[in-house]
Amino acid sequence: MADNDPTPRTPEDIRKSRNRVLALSLAAFVILVFFISIAKMS
Amino acid sequence: MSVTSPSSAQQLPADWRDLFALTKPRVMSLVIFTGLCGLLAAPERIHPVLAFTAILCIAMGAGGAAALNQWWEADLDAGMKRTANRPLPQGRLDRTTARDFGGVLCAASVFLMGFAISWLAAAILALSIAYYAVVYTMWLKPRTPQNIVIGGGAGAFPPLIGWVAATGHITLMPVVLFAIIFMWTPPHFWALALFVKSDYAKVGIPMMPVVAGEKSTRRQILAYAVLLLPLSVVPWWIGGTHGVYGISAIVLSTLFLALSVRVGLREKDGPEDTMKPEKQLFAYSVIYLFALFAALVVDRFVVI
Repeated sequence: MADNDPTPRTPEDIRKSRNRVLALSLAAFVILVFFISIAKMS
Repeated sequence: MSVTSPSSAQQLPADWRDLFALTKPRVMSLVIFTGLCGLLAAPERIHPVLAFTAILCIAMGAGGAAALNQWWEADLDAGMKRTANRPLPQGRLDRTTARDFGGVLCAASVFLMGFAISWLAAAILALSIAYYAVVYTMWLKPRTPQNIVIGGGAGAFPPLIGWVAATGHITLMPVVLFAIIFMWTPPHFWALALFVKSDYAKVGIPMMPVVAGEKSTRRQILAYAVLLLPLSVVPWWIGGTHGVYGISAIVLSTLFLALSVRVGLREKDGPEDTMKPEKQLFAYSVIYLFALFAALVVDRFVVI
């Protein structure tokens, strides 16, 4: 998949985009846990 | 998480897109769909957030099991044209990263399912992951041509998990849904194995066409398709669904049988044979499962 990129990506670019995805996933997980708690109480 | 590229010997971090590719997104879409259908077709409703969580857990479990599968089979994948472009054979990821990523996804999916939904659903999810990653990938696949028949159980779990997530218990209906996917798997995979036979032979995987020959595989495809037709109608017969599903199942399964008859009764016409009937059966088998489970959900909400 990464090989399909039109321009070669530097390790820094790859690390940045991976960390951004990880941060978004963790934020989504926290929000999900919040809503699960609400749903379990209702 | 880093990898040494075989071409440049330069340390590169693992790209998130390669990690995502490890989860076999296309296979996962079918898993998510059948799991969602099992959940929606169940007679009880759960909170939409919990329903979303249950499907997310099924997807994470399937993705984690797929990553473990690719971690274990990285060497085999490198030898097959169909799989040689995956991240591990290409050297874009190292095996330890793939193993850890798969393990974390699997563990997270089971615990989240247990805490948010039910521990019975979590136990079945854990069983399905172990069935695919250990029983099928590590044990059956390299040892027996019946690997797909027994291993097919792994892909049959999602509707059962979806149903149990919604109802909290196992009844006959989700077991029948499990059986339908179990029976569908051999003709689906063997149709594929017939036209990528040389790939499997090259890496020593004892797929049915490699071990028992094409003729026997074609007959067995036909046998499973014959059994699938009445089995697909069982949910209607036991009163679990209405006519929308029943008629859809008869039409879809009859077409499946017709395509299987064409594959089952023919012989390969030399090396120039493009294997069109086998490719058509494989493509239709995917549409078949989507359509059959879609009919199950439509039937739940539309009563004739």
